[in-house]
Amino acid sequence: MFLGYILLENTENNMSKKNLSLSTQQKVRKSLSSRYKKETLFQYFGLSSLSVGIIFLVIFFYSVLSQGFSAFTQTYISLKVDFSDNLVVKNNKIDSIDSNFDAIIRSALRERFPEVNNRRDRRELYKLISIGAVYQLIDHLDMSPGDVGSREILSFPTSSDVDMYVKGNIDRKLDESKRTISNNQMMWIDELVEKGEIKMKFNSALFSNGDSREPELAGIYSALKGSFLMLFITLIVSFPVGIAAAIYLEEFAPKNKISDLIEVNINNLAAVPSIVFGLLGLAVFINWFGIPRSSPLVGGLVLSLLTLPVIIISSRAAITAIPPSIKEAALGVGASHMQVVAHHILPLAFPGMLTGAIIGMSRALGESAPLLMIGMVAFIVDIPSVITDPSSALPVQIYLWADSPERAFAERTSAAIIILLGFLLTMNLLAIYLRKKFERKW
Amino acid sequence: MKLETLFLFLIALSIISYYIAMRRAIMSVDSQQSISKLHSMPTYHGYYAVICSFVPPMIIIFLWLVFEQRVISTLLISNFSNIKVLSQGEINLFLTNVQNTLYSNLFSQDGTRFQSEIQQATIILKSYQSISRIILSVFAIAVSIIGIITVHRKINQNYRARNKFENAVSKLLMTSSLVAIFTTIGIVLSVLFESFRFFNEVSFWDFIFGTEWSPQTALRDDQVGSSGSFGILPLFVGTILITIIAMLVAGPIGLMTAIYLGQYASPRFRNIAKPLLEVLAGIPTVVYGFFAALTLAPFLRTWGESVGLNVASESALAAGMVMGIMIIPLISSLSDDAINAVPIAMSEGALGLGSTESEVIKKVVLPAALPGIVGGFLLAISRAIGETMIVVMAAGLSANLTVNPLEAVTTVTVQIVTLLVGDQEFDSAKTLAAFALGLVLFIVTLGLNVFGLYIVRKYREQYE
Repeated sequence: MFLGYILLENTENNMSKKNLSLSTQQKVRKSLSSRYKKETLFQYFGLSSLSVGIIFLVIFFYSVLSQGFSAFTQTYISLKVDFSDNLVVKNNKIDSIDSNFDAIIRSALRERFPEVNNRRDRRELYKLISIGAVYQLIDHLDMSPGDVGSREILSFPTSSDVDMYVKGNIDRKLDESKRTISNNQMMWIDELVEKGEIKMKFNSALFSNGDSREPELAGIYSALKGSFLMLFITLIVSFPVGIAAAIYLEEFAPKNKISDLIEVNINNLAAVPSIVFGLLGLAVFINWFGIPRSSPLVGGLVLSLLTLPVIIISSRAAITAIPPSIKEAALGVGASHMQVVAHHILPLAFPGMLTGAIIGMSRALGESAPLLMIGMVAFIVDIPSVITDPSSALPVQIYLWADSPERAFAERTSAAIIILLGFLLTMNLLAIYLRKKFERKW
Repeated sequence: MKLETLFLFLIALSIISYYIAMRRAIMSVDSQQSISKLHSMPTYHGYYAVICSFVPPMIIIFLWLVFEQRVISTLLISNFSNIKVLSQGEINLFLTNVQNTLYSNLFSQDGTRFQSEIQQATIILKSYQSISRIILSVFAIAVSIIGIITVHRKINQNYRARNKFENAVSKLLMTSSLVAIFTTIGIVLSVLFESFRFFNEVSFWDFIFGTEWSPQTALRDDQVGSSGSFGILPLFVGTILITIIAMLVAGPIGLMTAIYLGQYASPRFRNIAKPLLEVLAGIPTVVYGFFAALTLAPFLRTWGESVGLNVASESALAAGMVMGIMIIPLISSLSDDAINAVPIAMSEGALGLGSTESEVIKKVVLPAALPGIVGGFLLAISRAIGETMIVVMAAGLSANLTVNPLEAVTTVTVQIVTLLVGDQEFDSAKTLAAFALGLVLFIVTLGLNVFGLYIVRKYREQYE
């Protein structure tokens, strides 16, 4: 009817505007070129809209990758350290409280640059090396206690400013007061680079450390582990409950008001802003149940409620895709309804349910707003070991680092984003693979 | 007993009960050959025993955990006569301190009141908790064993174990589907309850129509000034401004993308472009926020300087644009659904009369698909209003009552986050305000969602 109305209107318009000297055909032919022009214009408009999205994607990936890749390497300085001084050995073990590891590194630096003898310059010199170098020294001596008394060449991580300078992120033409690195330091680093005593190595701290105030020591391991503990809880809570709910709604639910209510409810829950789930977690799980704040347990529970609608919806789709003939055949040979579900519907729908669950999990992995509500923004250095330890999550770590003003943290934020996107990509590819592999046409 | 050990113990019990029940069922008939005389197969007797020995203790554990905290806190407070008389807020603060000391040894601030009481309470709390867990363990295990014995006694040749088992399973399935309802009820109750407490302190009309938002309340009673004002209007304006920018970006682009991919693109091109576009939907919002705050905002700022505009470093424009990009896939897929629901006969009719493709789309398909598209837009608006991370990272905190997209604005979600992040007692108007904002957010998005879904569904049915 709609169509008829439009056409009628058009013809009426044409009739009224019809010029007496031109036949309809001539008129159409005359307007044809402008109509075709509009057609191409429209098409280009569509294409350019599409390109906006894709161009954004290109810019986005370029900016993240180009900023983040350099964070996977870290600058190291090779120094000859002297293990004969400053060490206190008690009971054949190095006493890490009385030994002065700082002094070992400082004397090694002084030895490397003997020309620096002014107090202020020396203090600048010491700043080349990361404060984490001390721990590296302790670890080294733990591993090879035989080195005590000898001289060894070891490489130490530099401070983040030096790292940024070597990676070319600090403009050397800038005025000295505007740089985070002084002229002297630049001179020393240039000399070290020339002699090959500064090397780039794989940044293992990024993958093995917790958060830190020093960018060169900060890592994502605690956040990553927190995220995985949370995903684990989300999976064991929301997957069984989601499947059970989907089976009930598709197979057993009577057609009445309550079933309709549940149905509407699930669809709406899927669209509730995630931050509201965070409020729920804060009020119910933390304040009522008394689950410790910022623990993976409470985070996992909040995320399970968040992913539950996704899993229910996709599981229901997987169940409806099974042809009714299978169910009817099983019922026909005397199976009970529950047996039909357990023996036929569940196994046949399971790949589809699993795909939905993986997609739900990947959504949960990227979620951060509700986690802010339940205290996961705390500064967490320790690696969580059980689900009630305070922990962070990968997206929240990204949020925290993105707020830090240091240039080195911006680089690490991008690196953490690359890792997060890597996980998400893997999960989604897995889901696609499973769908392709188990997809059945009946 | 730790909770994990209790779980393991219960699981072990239920496995044992499975074998016991199965054996009992087999023994109840004369010989192995006559096993077919059983009403249900032995495994069903086993399954039913598992349910009877595992589910009741789980329900008990759940209920116990729900109420444990409250009961213990009340008991704990009743030990201290000088704490009992304090206000509810101070009692809560005291309890938080006790818990912090117990769980993480975080507590070491000097100058807090009741130092010695906190130390004492920590010890008492610890003992209460262990007593509570012991009672729970004994109780749960006893219930489990009673379950096993009851089932075990009933098992005989005619016992309808399969029917009972299937009945129990379908009840479990139903309970699972009720979780969704409980979640909604939980959201409504938790937000509503705290909001009521908030409206006891701040008038409802001041909240809705107030034009000033500065939630800093005085920490002590004798502190000067800063009583806090909770006018939601600047937040509303900020939210709407960002949403409008986002929709101006996403609306036309998403719709035209759907049209192009649906009507013009070759299948091969579509197979490449569509998944690429869906990548946009898969990028976490925190990553969008990072991009908006650290790439787009500085770019807009330098661009603004070059043409003589003063763009704030945290502008509504940057947040809105990136949010728009984020919801392109949503709008595109919803519009695609709406367009696909238009019967093909209508567009073919128009084509047959000599219209060009674009004329068919503009004059036939779009008017016919309009309700569905509008419904999709409503869902997208609700998504934009509820979006948090992008605005938290890129839109700023200052509650300006402005419609200038180049200035910093703040939104409802940003304020919820800023009010609740960090440690604070749970009773100040500041914290409660977050729940009131949450209530507003929930109502608005729920309204948009219900309305949007209703339109989309009704319209889809119309052409079926």
